[in-house]
Amino acid sequence: MAEPPDHNHDHHHPEGAVRLDYYEAMQLAVAELLIEKGIFSADDMRREVEAMQARTPAKGAAVVARAWTDPAFKAALLKNGTAACESLGIEMGPTHLVVVENTPGVHNAVVCTLCSCYPRMLLGPPPDWYKSRPYRSRMVREPRAVLAEFGLRLPDSTVLRVHDSTADMRYLVLPERPAGTTSLSEGALAALVTRDCMIGVAVPKAP
Amino acid sequence: MTAARFTPGMTVRVRRAFQPGHVRTPYYARGKRGVVERLCGIFANPEELAYGRSGEPKLPLYRVRFAQQELWPDYRGTAHDTVDIELYEHWLEPI
Repeated sequence: MAEPPDHNHDHHHPEGAVRLDYYEAMQLAVAELLIEKGIFSADDMRREVEAMQARTPAKGAAVVARAWTDPAFKAALLKNGTAACESLGIEMGPTHLVVVENTPGVHNAVVCTLCSCYPRMLLGPPPDWYKSRPYRSRMVREPRAVLAEFGLRLPDSTVLRVHDSTADMRYLVLPERPAGTTSLSEGALAALVTRDCMIGVAVPKAP
Repeated sequence: MTAARFTPGMTVRVRRAFQPGHVRTPYYARGKRGVVERLCGIFANPEELAYGRSGEPKLPLYRVRFAQQELWPDYRGTAHDTVDIELYEHWLEPI
Protein backbone atom coordinates (compact mmCIF):
# COMPACT_ATOMS: atom_id res chain seq x y z
CA MET A 1 0.00 0.00 0.00
CA ALA A 2 1.36 3.43 -0.89
CA GLU A 3 2.34 5.70 2.00
CA PRO A 4 -0.36 8.34 2.54
CA PRO A 5 1.06 11.81 1.69
CA ASP A 6 0.58 13.14 5.23
CA HIS A 7 2.41 10.18 6.76
CA ASN A 8 5.83 11.34 7.90
CA HIS A 9 8.06 9.38 10.14
CA ASP A 10 8.44 11.65 13.16
CA HIS A 11 6.54 9.08 15.21
CA HIS A 12 7.01 5.40 16.03
CA HIS A 13 4.81 2.61 14.80
CA PRO A 14 3.92 0.31 17.70
CA GLU A 15 6.27 -2.63 18.13
CA GLY A 16 5.21 -5.54 15.92
CA ALA A 17 2.52 -3.59 14.06
CA VAL A 18 1.57 -5.22 10.78
CA ARG A 19 1.04 -3.08 7.69
CA LEU A 20 -1.70 -4.48 5.48
CA ASP A 21 -1.34 -4.32 1.75
CA TYR A 22 -4.21 -3.00 -0.39
CA TYR A 23 -5.95 -6.34 -0.89
CA GLU A 24 -5.54 -7.46 2.73
CA ALA A 25 -7.14 -4.21 3.89
CA MET A 26 -9.91 -4.59 1.28
CA GLN A 27 -10.59 -8.18 2.32
CA LEU A 28 -10.85 -7.25 6.01
CA ALA A 29 -13.07 -4.26 5.25
CA VAL A 30 -15.46 -6.32 3.09
CA ALA A 31 -15.62 -9.11 5.68
CA GLU A 32 -16.38 -6.60 8.45
CA LEU A 33 -19.10 -4.93 6.38
CA LEU A 34 -20.78 -8.23 5.52
CA ILE A 35 -20.79 -9.23 9.19
CA GLU A 36 -21.98 -5.78 10.32
CA LYS A 37 -24.85 -5.88 7.81
CA GLY A 38 -25.86 -9.34 9.00
CA ILE A 39 -25.25 -11.08 5.64
CA PHE A 40 -23.41 -13.74 7.64
CA SER A 41 -21.91 -13.97 11.11
CA ALA A 42 -18.25 -14.09 12.07
CA ASP A 43 -18.93 -17.66 13.18
CA ASP A 44 -20.34 -18.59 9.73
CA MET A 45 -17.21 -17.18 8.11
CA ARG A 46 -14.86 -19.03 10.45
CA ARG A 47 -16.73 -22.29 9.84
CA GLU A 48 -16.56 -21.85 6.07
CA VAL A 49 -12.82 -21.06 6.15
CA GLU A 50 -12.21 -24.09 8.35
CA ALA A 51 -14.25 -26.32 6.03
CA MET A 52 -12.25 -25.10 3.03
CA GLN A 53 -8.93 -25.63 4.79
CA ALA A 54 -10.01 -29.11 5.86
CA ARG A 55 -10.41 -30.21 2.24
CA THR A 56 -7.30 -31.96 0.98
CA PRO A 57 -6.17 -33.68 -2.22
CA ALA A 58 -7.16 -36.99 -0.55
CA LYS A 59 -10.70 -36.48 -1.88
CA GLY A 60 -9.44 -36.15 -5.47
CA ALA A 61 -7.11 -39.13 -4.98
CA ALA A 62 -10.04 -41.29 -3.85
CA VAL A 63 -11.95 -40.30 -6.99
CA VAL A 64 -8.97 -41.22 -9.19
CA ALA A 65 -8.43 -44.58 -7.45
CA ARG A 66 -12.11 -45.43 -7.89
CA ALA A 67 -11.92 -44.55 -11.60
CA TRP A 68 -8.87 -46.84 -11.93
CA THR A 69 -10.68 -49.79 -10.39
CA ASP A 70 -14.28 -49.32 -11.58
CA PRO A 71 -14.74 -48.84 -15.36
CA ALA A 72 -18.41 -47.86 -15.01
CA PHE A 73 -17.48 -45.15 -12.51
CA LYS A 74 -14.70 -43.92 -14.80
CA ALA A 75 -17.12 -43.63 -17.73
CA ALA A 76 -19.56 -41.68 -15.52
CA LEU A 77 -16.75 -39.44 -14.24
CA LEU A 78 -15.63 -38.50 -17.75
CA LYS A 79 -19.22 -37.88 -18.81
CA ASN A 80 -20.27 -35.75 -15.83
CA GLY A 81 -17.55 -35.15 -13.23
CA THR A 82 -19.80 -33.36 -10.75
CA ALA A 83 -22.50 -36.03 -10.66
CA ALA A 84 -19.94 -38.86 -10.42
CA CYS A 85 -18.17 -37.24 -7.43
CA GLU A 86 -21.51 -36.60 -5.73
CA SER A 87 -22.33 -40.30 -6.18
CA LEU A 88 -19.31 -40.99 -3.92
CA GLY A 89 -20.78 -38.67 -1.29
CA ILE A 90 -18.43 -35.77 -2.04
CA GLU A 91 -20.06 -32.39 -1.54
CA MET A 92 -19.40 -30.44 -4.78
CA GLY A 93 -21.24 -27.16 -4.06
CA PRO A 94 -21.53 -25.05 -7.21
CA THR A 95 -18.57 -26.77 -8.92
CA HIS A 96 -18.96 -27.92 -12.53
CA LEU A 97 -16.22 -30.49 -12.82
CA VAL A 98 -14.63 -31.52 -16.12
CA VAL A 99 -12.34 -34.55 -15.81
CA VAL A 100 -9.66 -34.87 -18.50
CA GLU A 101 -8.05 -38.26 -18.96
CA ASN A 102 -4.38 -38.94 -19.61
CA THR A 103 -3.89 -41.79 -22.08
CA PRO A 104 -0.72 -43.34 -23.57
CA GLY A 105 -0.49 -40.56 -26.21
CA VAL A 106 -2.10 -37.60 -24.42
CA HIS A 107 -1.08 -35.63 -21.32
CA ASN A 108 -3.34 -32.99 -19.73
CA ALA A 109 -2.43 -30.09 -17.45
CA VAL A 110 -4.51 -27.36 -15.83
CA VAL A 111 -3.94 -23.64 -15.31
CA CYS A 112 -6.07 -20.57 -14.67
CA THR A 113 -4.40 -17.70 -16.51
CA LEU A 114 -6.92 -15.10 -15.29
CA CYS A 115 -6.83 -15.84 -11.56
CA SER A 116 -6.54 -19.13 -9.67
CA CYS A 117 -9.66 -21.22 -10.41
CA TYR A 118 -9.07 -24.68 -9.00
CA PRO A 119 -11.22 -27.72 -8.04
CA ARG A 120 -11.10 -26.84 -4.32
CA MET A 121 -13.91 -29.24 -3.40
CA LEU A 122 -11.58 -32.11 -4.44
CA LEU A 123 -8.09 -30.72 -3.85
CA GLY A 124 -8.48 -28.08 -1.12
CA PRO A 125 -6.83 -24.66 -1.49
CA PRO A 126 -4.38 -24.37 -4.43
CA PRO A 127 -0.62 -24.27 -3.83
CA ASP A 128 1.04 -20.84 -4.02
CA TRP A 129 2.86 -21.68 -7.26
CA TYR A 130 -0.48 -22.37 -8.97
CA LYS A 131 -1.50 -18.79 -8.18
CA SER A 132 1.85 -17.26 -9.19
CA ARG A 133 2.17 -15.12 -12.30
CA PRO A 134 5.06 -17.17 -13.74
CA TYR A 135 3.02 -20.41 -13.66
CA ARG A 136 -0.12 -18.72 -14.97
CA SER A 137 1.63 -17.07 -17.90
CA ARG A 138 4.22 -19.70 -18.80
CA MET A 139 1.90 -22.70 -18.57
CA VAL A 140 0.11 -21.61 -21.75
CA ARG A 141 3.18 -20.08 -23.44
CA GLU A 142 5.83 -22.77 -22.85
CA PRO A 143 4.12 -25.62 -20.97
CA ARG A 144 6.69 -28.26 -21.88
CA ALA A 145 9.44 -26.15 -20.29
CA VAL A 146 7.30 -25.64 -17.15
CA LEU A 147 6.57 -29.38 -16.87
CA ALA A 148 10.28 -30.14 -17.27
CA GLU A 149 10.99 -27.85 -14.29
CA PHE A 150 8.54 -29.99 -12.30
CA GLY A 151 10.60 -33.01 -13.42
CA LEU A 152 8.13 -34.19 -16.05
CA ARG A 153 9.72 -34.48 -19.48
CA LEU A 154 7.16 -35.41 -22.12
CA PRO A 155 8.30 -37.06 -25.34
CA ASP A 156 7.53 -35.07 -28.50
CA SER A 157 5.18 -37.85 -29.60
CA THR A 158 2.86 -37.09 -26.65
CA VAL A 159 0.09 -34.58 -27.29
CA LEU A 160 0.08 -31.96 -24.55
CA ARG A 161 -3.33 -30.49 -23.80
CA VAL A 162 -3.35 -27.48 -21.50
CA HIS A 163 -6.72 -26.46 -20.04
CA ASP A 164 -7.17 -22.79 -19.19
CA SER A 165 -9.83 -22.59 -16.50
CA THR A 166 -11.19 -19.19 -17.55
CA ALA A 167 -14.86 -19.42 -16.60
CA ASP A 168 -17.35 -21.75 -14.89
CA MET A 169 -15.67 -25.17 -15.26
CA ARG A 170 -13.11 -26.67 -12.89
CA TYR A 171 -10.67 -29.31 -14.10
CA LEU A 172 -9.26 -32.50 -12.65
CA VAL A 173 -6.67 -34.57 -14.49
CA LEU A 174 -7.31 -38.31 -14.37
CA PRO A 175 -3.74 -39.67 -14.54
CA GLU A 176 -2.78 -43.02 -16.04
CA ARG A 177 -2.63 -45.88 -13.57
CA PRO A 178 1.05 -46.83 -13.21
CA ALA A 179 2.14 -50.22 -14.52
CA GLY A 180 2.81 -52.91 -11.91
CA THR A 181 -0.02 -51.89 -9.57
CA THR A 182 -2.54 -54.66 -10.33
CA SER A 183 -2.23 -56.14 -6.82
CA LEU A 184 -2.82 -52.85 -5.00
CA SER A 185 -6.05 -52.08 -3.14
CA GLU A 186 -8.08 -48.99 -3.96
CA GLY A 187 -6.74 -47.31 -0.82
CA ALA A 188 -3.12 -48.13 -1.72
CA LEU A 189 -3.70 -46.80 -5.25
CA ALA A 190 -5.12 -43.54 -3.86
CA ALA A 191 -1.89 -43.07 -1.90
CA LEU A 192 0.02 -42.89 -5.22
CA VAL A 193 -2.09 -40.00 -6.49
CA THR A 194 -0.59 -36.69 -5.41
CA ARG A 195 -2.09 -33.23 -5.82
CA ASP A 196 0.39 -32.42 -8.61
CA CYS A 197 -0.70 -35.51 -10.56
CA MET A 198 -4.27 -34.19 -10.59
CA ILE A 199 -3.14 -30.72 -11.77
CA GLY A 200 -1.08 -32.46 -14.45
CA VAL A 201 2.42 -31.29 -13.51
CA ALA A 202 3.42 -34.80 -12.39
CA VAL A 203 2.44 -38.40 -13.00
CA PRO A 204 1.90 -41.14 -10.38
CA LYS A 205 4.69 -43.65 -9.84
CA ALA A 206 4.37 -47.28 -8.76
CA PRO A 207 5.59 -47.76 -5.17
CA MET B 1 -32.50 -19.59 -22.07
CA THR B 2 -30.47 -18.95 -25.20
CA ALA B 3 -30.11 -21.56 -27.94
CA ALA B 4 -26.46 -22.37 -28.59
CA ARG B 5 -25.24 -21.04 -31.92
CA PHE B 6 -22.19 -23.30 -32.28
CA THR B 7 -21.78 -27.07 -32.12
CA PRO B 8 -18.73 -29.24 -31.39
CA GLY B 9 -16.37 -29.46 -34.35
CA MET B 10 -17.18 -25.99 -35.70
CA THR B 11 -14.30 -23.61 -36.34
CA VAL B 12 -14.73 -20.22 -34.67
CA ARG B 13 -12.72 -17.06 -34.22
CA VAL B 14 -12.44 -15.13 -30.96
CA ARG B 15 -13.49 -11.49 -31.36
CA ARG B 16 -10.52 -9.17 -31.50
CA ALA B 17 -12.03 -6.70 -29.06
CA PHE B 18 -10.51 -4.79 -26.17
CA GLN B 19 -13.47 -3.59 -24.14
CA PRO B 20 -12.84 -2.14 -20.69
CA GLY B 21 -14.09 -3.77 -17.50
CA HIS B 22 -14.24 -7.35 -16.27
CA VAL B 23 -13.99 -9.92 -19.07
CA ARG B 24 -13.01 -13.57 -18.94
CA THR B 25 -11.56 -13.87 -22.44
CA PRO B 26 -7.76 -14.01 -22.14
CA TYR B 27 -5.85 -11.50 -24.28
CA TYR B 28 -3.74 -14.23 -25.84
CA ALA B 29 -6.83 -15.82 -27.43
CA ARG B 30 -8.26 -12.70 -29.06
CA GLY B 31 -8.41 -12.86 -32.84
CA LYS B 32 -7.37 -16.55 -32.77
CA ARG B 33 -9.07 -19.47 -34.50
CA GLY B 34 -10.09 -22.61 -32.67
CA VAL B 35 -12.50 -25.54 -32.80
CA VAL B 36 -15.48 -25.94 -30.46
CA GLU B 37 -14.71 -28.91 -28.19
CA ARG B 38 -18.00 -28.92 -26.26
CA LEU B 39 -20.87 -26.82 -25.04
CA CYS B 40 -20.43 -26.50 -21.25
CA GLY B 41 -23.93 -25.19 -20.58
CA ILE B 42 -25.71 -21.87 -20.19
CA PHE B 43 -24.22 -19.51 -17.58
CA ALA B 44 -24.76 -16.03 -16.21
CA ASN B 45 -22.68 -13.39 -18.00
CA PRO B 46 -19.63 -12.66 -15.79
CA GLU B 47 -19.21 -9.23 -17.40
CA GLU B 48 -22.49 -8.28 -15.71
CA LEU B 49 -22.14 -10.33 -12.52
CA ALA B 50 -18.86 -8.57 -11.74
CA TYR B 51 -20.76 -5.31 -11.22
CA GLY B 52 -23.48 -6.74 -9.00
CA ARG B 53 -26.01 -7.12 -11.81
CA SER B 54 -28.08 -10.21 -12.57
CA GLY B 55 -25.92 -11.68 -15.35
CA GLU B 56 -29.04 -12.06 -17.51
CA PRO B 57 -29.48 -12.97 -20.26
CA LYS B 58 -27.46 -16.08 -19.61
CA LEU B 59 -25.02 -17.14 -22.31
CA PRO B 60 -23.87 -20.42 -23.83
CA LEU B 61 -20.35 -21.24 -22.65
CA TYR B 62 -18.03 -23.34 -24.81
CA ARG B 63 -14.68 -25.02 -24.49
CA VAL B 64 -12.71 -24.08 -27.59
CA ARG B 65 -9.53 -25.93 -28.56
CA PHE B 66 -6.67 -23.91 -30.06
CA ALA B 67 -3.50 -25.21 -31.64
CA GLN B 68 -0.55 -23.81 -29.67
CA GLN B 69 1.02 -22.69 -32.95
CA GLU B 70 -2.11 -20.62 -33.70
CA LEU B 71 -1.84 -18.90 -30.31
CA TRP B 72 1.94 -18.45 -30.42
CA PRO B 73 3.46 -18.59 -33.91
CA ASP B 74 6.91 -19.17 -32.34
CA TYR B 75 5.67 -21.96 -30.02
CA ARG B 76 8.56 -24.29 -29.27
CA GLY B 77 6.65 -27.46 -28.36
CA THR B 78 5.20 -29.79 -30.95
CA ALA B 79 2.61 -29.05 -33.64
CA HIS B 80 -0.06 -31.20 -31.99
CA ASP B 81 -0.07 -29.38 -28.63
CA THR B 82 -3.25 -27.49 -27.74
CA VAL B 83 -4.84 -25.13 -25.21
CA ASP B 84 -8.54 -25.46 -24.37
CA ILE B 85 -10.18 -22.22 -23.23
CA GLU B 86 -13.69 -21.56 -21.91
CA LEU B 87 -15.33 -18.78 -23.88
CA TYR B 88 -18.82 -17.24 -23.77
CA GLU B 89 -20.75 -17.16 -27.01
CA HIS B 90 -20.69 -13.39 -27.57
CA TRP B 91 -16.89 -13.58 -27.90
CA LEU B 92 -17.06 -16.08 -30.78
CA GLU B 93 -17.58 -15.47 -34.49
CA PRO B 94 -18.32 -18.12 -37.12
CA ILE B 95 -15.75 -18.63 -39.89
